[in-house]
Amino acid sequence: MKFTCLSKGGGFHFPPCHVLNVCGFRILFDCPLDLSALTIFSPVPTGYRAVVDEKDSDCQPYSTLDSDCVTWKRQKIGKPLDANDLICAVPWYKIVKYLHLWNVSFIDVVLISSPMGMLGLPFLTRIKGFSAKIYATEVTARLGQLMMEDLVSMHMEFRQFYGPEGSTFPRWMEEEELDLRPSALREVVLGKDGAELGGWMPLYSAADVKHCLQKVQTLRYAEEVCYNGKLVIKAFSSGLEIGTCNWSINGPKRDIAFISSSIFVPAHAMSFDYHALQGKDIVLYSDLSSLDTMEGIEDGYSFLTTDSFSTLSWEESAQSLLNTSEHLEEREKLYYLCSCAADSLKASGSVLIPINRLGTFIQLLEQISASLESSSLKVPIYVISSVAEELLAYTNVIPEWLCKERQEKLFSGEPLFAHVELIKDNKLHVFPTVHSPKLLINWQEPCIVFCPHWCLRLGPVVHLLHRWSGDPNSLLVLESGHDAQLALLPFQPMEMKVLQCSFLSGIKLPKILPLLNVLQPKITLLPEDLRQKVRFTNVNPFSVFHYSENKTLIIPSLKDSSELEIATDLAFQFQWRNLKHENMNITRLKGELHVAHGKHWLHSGNKPSKSNSSKSRPLLHWGTPDLETLLSILSKMGINASVEQGVGVEGSKKACIVHVHDPKKALIEIGDTGTVISAVDENLASLIFEAMDSILDGI
Amino acid sequence: MAIECLVLGAGQQVGKSCVVVSMNGKRIMFDCGMDMAYHDHRRHPDFSRISEYGDFDKALTCIVITHFHLDHIGALPYFTEVCGYRGPIYMTYPTKALAPSMLEDYRKVMVERRGEEEQFTSEHIVECMKKVIAVDVKQTVQVDKDLMIRAYYAGHVLGAAMFYTKVGDSAIVYTGDYNMTPDRHLGAAQIDRLQLDLLITESTYATTIRDSKYGREAEFLKAVHKCVLGGGKVLIPTFALGRAQELCILLEDYWERMNLKIPIYFSSGLTMQANMYYKMLISWTSQKVKETYSTRNAFDFKHVLNFDRSMISAPGPCVLFATPGWISGGFSLEVFKQWAPSEMNLITLPGYCAAGTIGHKLMSGKPSKIDLDKDTQLDVRCQIHQLSFSPHTDAKGIMDLVKFLSPKHVILVHGEKPKMATLKGRIYSELGIRCDDPANNETVCIPSTHHVEVGASNTFIRSSLNPNFNFSKMSSEDESDSRLKDGKFMPWLQVKDERAAEGILVEEKGKRAKIVHLDEFLLMLGEKKHDIRFAYCFPINTDNLEDTKSTDVSSSSNALSVSGRSSWLPMLYIKLSDELSGGNIQYFGEQIQVESFSVSLCLKDRCPYRIVDSPPNKCEAVFFCCAWSIADEKLAWKIISILENRNYGTL
Repeated sequence: MKFTCLSKGGGFHFPPCHVLNVCGFRILFDCPLDLSALTIFSPVPTGYRAVVDEKDSDCQPYSTLDSDCVTWKRQKIGKPLDANDLICAVPWYKIVKYLHLWNVSFIDVVLISSPMGMLGLPFLTRIKGFSAKIYATEVTARLGQLMMEDLVSMHMEFRQFYGPEGSTFPRWMEEEELDLRPSALREVVLGKDGAELGGWMPLYSAADVKHCLQKVQTLRYAEEVCYNGKLVIKAFSSGLEIGTCNWSINGPKRDIAFISSSIFVPAHAMSFDYHALQGKDIVLYSDLSSLDTMEGIEDGYSFLTTDSFSTLSWEESAQSLLNTSEHLEEREKLYYLCSCAADSLKASGSVLIPINRLGTFIQLLEQISASLESSSLKVPIYVISSVAEELLAYTNVIPEWLCKERQEKLFSGEPLFAHVELIKDNKLHVFPTVHSPKLLINWQEPCIVFCPHWCLRLGPVVHLLHRWSGDPNSLLVLESGHDAQLALLPFQPMEMKVLQCSFLSGIKLPKILPLLNVLQPKITLLPEDLRQKVRFTNVNPFSVFHYSENKTLIIPSLKDSSELEIATDLAFQFQWRNLKHENMNITRLKGELHVAHGKHWLHSGNKPSKSNSSKSRPLLHWGTPDLETLLSILSKMGINASVEQGVGVEGSKKACIVHVHDPKKALIEIGDTGTVISAVDENLASLIFEAMDSILDGI
Repeated sequence: MAIECLVLGAGQQVGKSCVVVSMNGKRIMFDCGMDMAYHDHRRHPDFSRISEYGDFDKALTCIVITHFHLDHIGALPYFTEVCGYRGPIYMTYPTKALAPSMLEDYRKVMVERRGEEEQFTSEHIVECMKKVIAVDVKQTVQVDKDLMIRAYYAGHVLGAAMFYTKVGDSAIVYTGDYNMTPDRHLGAAQIDRLQLDLLITESTYATTIRDSKYGREAEFLKAVHKCVLGGGKVLIPTFALGRAQELCILLEDYWERMNLKIPIYFSSGLTMQANMYYKMLISWTSQKVKETYSTRNAFDFKHVLNFDRSMISAPGPCVLFATPGWISGGFSLEVFKQWAPSEMNLITLPGYCAAGTIGHKLMSGKPSKIDLDKDTQLDVRCQIHQLSFSPHTDAKGIMDLVKFLSPKHVILVHGEKPKMATLKGRIYSELGIRCDDPANNETVCIPSTHHVEVGASNTFIRSSLNPNFNFSKMSSEDESDSRLKDGKFMPWLQVKDERAAEGILVEEKGKRAKIVHLDEFLLMLGEKKHDIRFAYCFPINTDNLEDTKSTDVSSSSNALSVSGRSSWLPMLYIKLSDELSGGNIQYFGEQIQVESFSVSLCLKDRCPYRIVDSPPNKCEAVFFCCAWSIADEKLAWKIISILENRNYGTL
């Protein structure tokens, strides 16, 4: 078994990506896009700026581009970034850096754990020769599709502005152009080691997305699928988002659990089903969320070692996983966010929330509307996105994928999420774009707007930021973890208040060990970066391997044998032989081997084998024959024989020859490694064989 | 080990469904229905047969409910709250969501309208539903270490499921009610090809081949349309959930298509709140309905308005859904009293109404007068339309499912005795599958599957999966005509992949049994192989060989041109090819090989294996030396006899 981490990713929106070789199959885990890299592009100038531009010169957008080019060239590279440093072109998108080094036609299976892990998939499926089987949960596929469609439709704005893309290499990627860019920008384009330029792609089309979705086989949670008879694959809820999952892969030789970013007690999605991953041979731990938030934590938490947990019983470990403190913490954050929003609204400022995390978005909608209600603020809430209507409707028809509390709402006949009622009561308005006629009629400020995209380069957020960036009473809510400085660059000077907020995106550091304690794998794969953070003592019952980017780990095989199931009818045909001195029973067996459902099966086959009709004779012998015994057995059979010692046929070998005269003529030539029987007829030869068989061990 | 199947209900009848299956130490109850035709103890399954002392928690591993109809779930609150079963209960999400309302409606009718002693209270229903674990379609649920269950879409009503159950190596499917053809609001039943010991299937329409449901739906819509066109009013008595939404989705669709503006009303008991369930569970409906969720949820009824009591006697046509179904009292009775006397109006009735209700009276014949109570009589002049599209599969569907799953055994339940007997015969004669139709309280035992689990070495697995091509020539009889055509002596070559797993199963004390490859076995033992072979050296008279040359081989002239000793082996080869059919005979120049048997010219003067007495004229004899191993003992002696017979035969 081989494991290669292609990318550790970065944060919620850019999950890790790995390749696993198992049972002769190559499995790719997730295929995300690094959308944070979009910040190197300049957003499309909007109406507000355009008005200003038009006064200066009524030139084409291309001409402004050229003047921009001139300004960069004058700049010194070391200067702090400003808005003019950003690339003015139709953006390209960055896939996992090492993925393009692999031949995708050799991938057999792709497992998609989350909608975010799907965004790069159309790049693979449109490659000729790509033939892997893709699995994702039904909800992941649907949400992923909506996200990709939204991306394509937001991207259209760039196309309309810059005109159709040329098929050639864009100018900004050329070496001499890049050399002129500030180093921070160049690093985003090329990566630290300069190897990432090949990961940039022009965006896929809506047709590519559709084609991609047709290739995805969707699953329910805990639905079993069997790949090629050998791998039984199941998805179990990970709790990160609605429909996100971890994977259980059972093969004939080992059972594997793949753990992506998981949340034990989420407030909307079905909780992390870690029980289903218990007792696997190998745990591939791919929740790297704790790395993103590490800096602040290091003083707060002391290093963790197994010492403190070795005394914990299994039950205590399980208990510690489910404590609700992180759940409460998340609620606190939302409350705080709501109170900040209320403050802005009271000062007649608007609130702009470009948060695309579905769970956070839905909960914020509920919280904010509730807090508006209680503070009797009558402010409209807008959701602006090309897929918002469908997304909100969809979340209300998937009760099977939600947490227990939400499912209770189904059983009592209430809507699963509050937005259903909000839309009905006209408190929440959903529009596809900022220039929808209905929006223009309805528009009221101050207001609260939820809209994409969090990178602040695409979608309605760009327009609204331009509108409100000068208003000190307005509030922008951003997810932390990204370079806010760079993200806000095109909107400087920013008068608007900015609130950065981090949300729980995976298993927290202190819970990793208790989790592994509960899962009890034999082997655990952890990222190298956790080596110092999660220390194991010698007493831990499993071995740990650390992986790092683009290095292939070879995992030793645990068993030297595979599981095999023998059909009862075949088992009844066994003719056992007892080997006394070895204390073992042996039997020859023959059948048809099938591989199905991750197991080997031995059936008796269609045609009755020759050996069935009569008692089968041993075909293989070992040991040293004893002459005395042989002679006495032969005489019991009525065969008289005499021994001619030491005269080997080939001289050098010490062989002996037994001559038989009665009842018929025969010869037995006994050597070190073998015996030759030569008799005048079949019967006698057969009798002598039986005699030999009885003095040797055989099967 | 056997699978024991105790039928507590729906044995040779359509009524309370309840089957208890014991397999490999687990005991599962499938459905827990009530028989609404009875009002005494017979309405419930005879639970005492599960556990004499009423210790149901020990006696049962779990309960599985297939769908929310009362004949499948009606006795559940009684069993859990009154009899005291506290173990797990499994059903799909829609069943768990809709069942409480069904049970509550039934309880109300029984208690409030008929003054019967109640079997269970509202609190009982609530408590009972708390024990239910909801499952999703295709979700593999591990009930405990050994027992696994999985639901498959059954298409009978919203959330109806068939259940696959596996304990160890034994597996069964219990279908509940199912429908093999999709209809307007539900999809068709869908299941994987599974390895089954037993299939327990419903057989409501054991002998009927039915037209599609569309026809009967169209009939209903036509009847409604005709009535409202004539200015009449349509009363559809239903309970809050289930049929109301199913019919309403039909009407909505029809209204849209026909562009009708006549109002459709829901009475106060049927709130829009109830539709909320269907809206949230839309993913359990048919593909077409399912796809509407984002634009306009098909259960967001556009034409439906709330009904006010004052509108009962308002003029003009309308369609009204009113509770309770069966017209056992309440609002539907109130409306019925007003509307029944007019010929213009229409009343639809479901396929089943509890005895003693107005609905039941209307169903039996076509009465013109109905006694509401001791003193009042009501003239019934309105039209009555009975809804007959209960979504069960027909005989073809049952046969298709049985054929598709090919279980080792079939048990029929939920049907009428004579029809079941016919179907049982068909399953046995057409599909060759043993089939039973036990009566209530009978037990059927069938054998279960077991496998022996062992380890297998990699070498064994690899060698077993390697193709093992067997080249064989067609015997002369088989290819006689092709030989004629070609006019040549060219035998056809057949290639077969005869891969067979051959190995040795080793059972050592204190260790797991393991299969190893022959080559590994001795290494494992640390012993040296002792090869036993046979040898035989015999003469063939050269005179006869010359004969052979001149007679048999004359046609193939090139073989003749070589003379002397070197030509004798090829001649033997031709001889053997001719007389030994089916064997894989190979000629290597120095020797001829058939399996492990080899023969070559013996040039030694004194061969130790020359056991036979030499023929009298020594000089004319040519000796051939053979060797073989025990596996080809029979073959070897056969070849020798062919060669020797030739020799002696011509002497």
